[in-house]
Amino acid sequence: EKVGEEKPEVLSPEELEKLKEEVDERKKLISTLRGKPWPMRKKLESHEFVEKYEGALGKGKSRKLYAYKVMMLKKWMKFQRDFENFKTACVPWEMKIKEIESKYVSYLFLLYPCTVLLVLPGCLLFFNLAEKALMGRPYGSMPRKTVPRADEANAMDFAVLWDFGGYAQYSVLFYGYYNSQRAIGWLKFRMPLSYFLVGVGTVAYSYMVVIRTMARNANEDGGGDNNSFNFSWKMFTSWDYLIGNPETADNKFASITTSFKEAILEEQESRKDDNIHLTRFLRVLANFLVLCCLAGSGYLIYFVVRRSQKFALEGLESHSWWERNEVNMVMSLLGMFCPMLFDVISALENYHPRIALQWQLGRIFALFLGNLYTFIIALMDEINLKREEEEVLKLNMTIWEASLYNGTLGVNSTAPPITVHPADIPRGPCWETMVGQEFVRLIVSDTMTTYITLLIGDFLRAVLVRFLNYCWCWDLEAGFPSYSEFDVSGNVLGLIFNQGMIWMGAFYAPCLPALNVLRLHVSMYLQCWAVMCCNVPQERVFKASGSNNFYMAMLLVILFLSTLPAIYTIVTIPPSFDCGPFSGKSRMFDVIQETLESDFPAWFGKVFSYASNPGLVLPFLLLMVLAIYYLQSTSKSYKQANLELKKKLQTVSRTINKVLTLIQHLLYSLFMSSYLSSPLGGEHRAHQGKSNHQIPPSATSPPAPRGHRIPGPLPGNQWQPAPSVQRVPNSQRH
Amino acid sequence: MLHGRFHELAPHLVPLDYTNQPDIRLPLALIVSMPELKENPFRNRIVEVFSEDGQGNLSFNDFVDMFSALCETAPRELKTIYAFKIYDFNVDNFLCKEDLEKTLNRLTKGELTPEEVNLVCSKAMEEADLDGDSKLSFSDFENMISKAPDFLR
Repeated sequence: EKVGEEKPEVLSPEELEKLKEEVDERKKLISTLRGKPWPMRKKLESHEFVEKYEGALGKGKSRKLYAYKVMMLKKWMKFQRDFENFKTACVPWEMKIKEIESKYVSYLFLLYPCTVLLVLPGCLLFFNLAEKALMGRPYGSMPRKTVPRADEANAMDFAVLWDFGGYAQYSVLFYGYYNSQRAIGWLKFRMPLSYFLVGVGTVAYSYMVVIRTMARNANEDGGGDNNSFNFSWKMFTSWDYLIGNPETADNKFASITTSFKEAILEEQESRKDDNIHLTRFLRVLANFLVLCCLAGSGYLIYFVVRRSQKFALEGLESHSWWERNEVNMVMSLLGMFCPMLFDVISALENYHPRIALQWQLGRIFALFLGNLYTFIIALMDEINLKREEEEVLKLNMTIWEASLYNGTLGVNSTAPPITVHPADIPRGPCWETMVGQEFVRLIVSDTMTTYITLLIGDFLRAVLVRFLNYCWCWDLEAGFPSYSEFDVSGNVLGLIFNQGMIWMGAFYAPCLPALNVLRLHVSMYLQCWAVMCCNVPQERVFKASGSNNFYMAMLLVILFLSTLPAIYTIVTIPPSFDCGPFSGKSRMFDVIQETLESDFPAWFGKVFSYASNPGLVLPFLLLMVLAIYYLQSTSKSYKQANLELKKKLQTVSRTINKVLTLIQHLLYSLFMSSYLSSPLGGEHRAHQGKSNHQIPPSATSPPAPRGHRIPGPLPGNQWQPAPSVQRVPNSQRH
Repeated sequence: MLHGRFHELAPHLVPLDYTNQPDIRLPLALIVSMPELKENPFRNRIVEVFSEDGQGNLSFNDFVDMFSALCETAPRELKTIYAFKIYDFNVDNFLCKEDLEKTLNRLTKGELTPEEVNLVCSKAMEEADLDGDSKLSFSDFENMISKAPDFLR
């Protein structure tokens, strides 16, 4: 296709047109060049061809526009390339992750939560700053923003701040700080409305991101069976081309060998029943033990929370540090030790490693969920307590106000308002801030536990093993305790739960996602360091599922379960009367009602009230349920159809091959008979006539028919003549 | 950056200035000493596939070709085509049983017994061979790889 001749200076219009077409074709080809296996030389040739003739086409006054278009296109493509490079450079910690990936199996999944998390604090921070910037009242101007007089003395103490009391309590960090004034400043920024919408919006956005990722993963998965090409996949796809470290390479070789041996064993081990009753009994026993563990941990947490409420009533100062932080410590410790217990119990069950891993993850999941929900139920009790306090306080407020005027006023007379410093006004117990505080404390203690476990469990252990090994009786590095393995699934689970807690607490502590981003940064560096210096790769490298959908499904469930409590509290519990953006309303979502009534035209309100009529909403929900059912059954039937087609394809191609072989035999025998009967071949081959019948039928079918199916030109792909045809002249020569 | 790496491999051979397009080829032994390829059991085959003479001598263009195909963002179809060529040890455009056996031995570093090797290769052949000629053509290979869940590299 190379145009060899030199183009003349002046081209006739038809030739110009033809050239233009060719150049356009080449350009189309170039855009798909990436996917073609041509050597670089050929690709460059196409490029050169286009460049050479584009210039020619640009000459002449009517072509000026064309040349301009071409130039703009080139600039645009360059811009796109630069932008792609910029985007890749922006992915945080790209180099670090590549480094780790070369040592461990892919860690890329963890980037997903990171991207989600980065958006959340963005939104929440935004309206935070809006409150400040748009002439929101600063600290000290309102009662809800000021530390009460009684607490002022120790508001700056580190211990109090660490507990998120004192100044921290009355800061942007928590719900109680925000003003409930409907519109702030000259922009008429609707604070309560925006708080509500941002809260709901971030949840909706999280759902969308998770589901979109799941759908994308499911698409890549392809439909159908995961086990049909077991051995082939093991052979061709098990090597990880990113490995650059000799230790990892050795481990990878060993794990590949092990996985092959496992597969061979499974293949050889035909229907061996092997005392299935014993196995079943052991499995039931194991599940029973696990249930006992879960129940025990649930009860322990409930007990501890009750005790901490008792302590709170008695005043926190009279107790030791442990007693004050009991709840969080107990939850973190349970989270550390119970999974190990589950691991030991699962040895009873004798499952395939992948299934055992899924059970293990499921149990840890149940453990965390149980703990979290017990915690929330205990929190509900506290909320109710605080609300009772509030009622009492409201009564006291009237008495206090009256005392301010020293009884000089009658009931209905007006008087100049007495200025009282905001710090002196008695404050209602703000249950929302209390909830936010509890969550923040929980996350902080969780973080601390993780870091300490990391330092002790990984770093200290590695140091001990390395240095004590010289003077110890058995080999510490090979036997117990040896270096700790990097547990990918455990860490991913930890991340998922962390995210769940953030979702739960975000409505009541708006800066929580921002804090979490900070914590993730620190975690990332700490883990990177620990992973590179103290950990060894897992011995058996396998994943919990074929795609990442297993973890995504877990994330989705956690998202659902963690937004449930927040939504419940929004809908049922009336907000505090003196703190937060919804103070004074009877329900938090009344803000929407208000907005509809005051900011939108009247007809809008009517339409909305029709649309939210239960008579309309219920049938709509029913319709959606039916649609889901329908879609699921069609997808199932498509999968079935797929499997059938695949089987048919196999039988059909085998049949075709047999037919082709038959035809070839036929043609060959026809050819031979015509060759023999012709005068040229007749006498020469007469004495060899017998050997004709002894020519064996071709053992392999000709590759010729299949040659067409190879897509794209493979360089060097010559049509190979069928070996059987070649064999014929050979045998004839003897 | 790639040019820098290429230059590093043989500073006395590779000129820094490529505008004259000199025809310098680096031998196989130098290329496979790169850290990205050093631990790969198929490093020799990879370099051979991308070299024009089939012996493993890479010019700079071939070098760039190789790394762009091994890159994570290379399209899946491209990787499939090159994977097929890499595993085809006797370069006959089919994966016959000997090719599979060689692949398996490289992967397991000879740890499996001959019977085990035989079993694995026959199972793999049975699974992927659609047209029943006891060899894997490119379409068989492509069909099998396209269903693989984690064909990452």
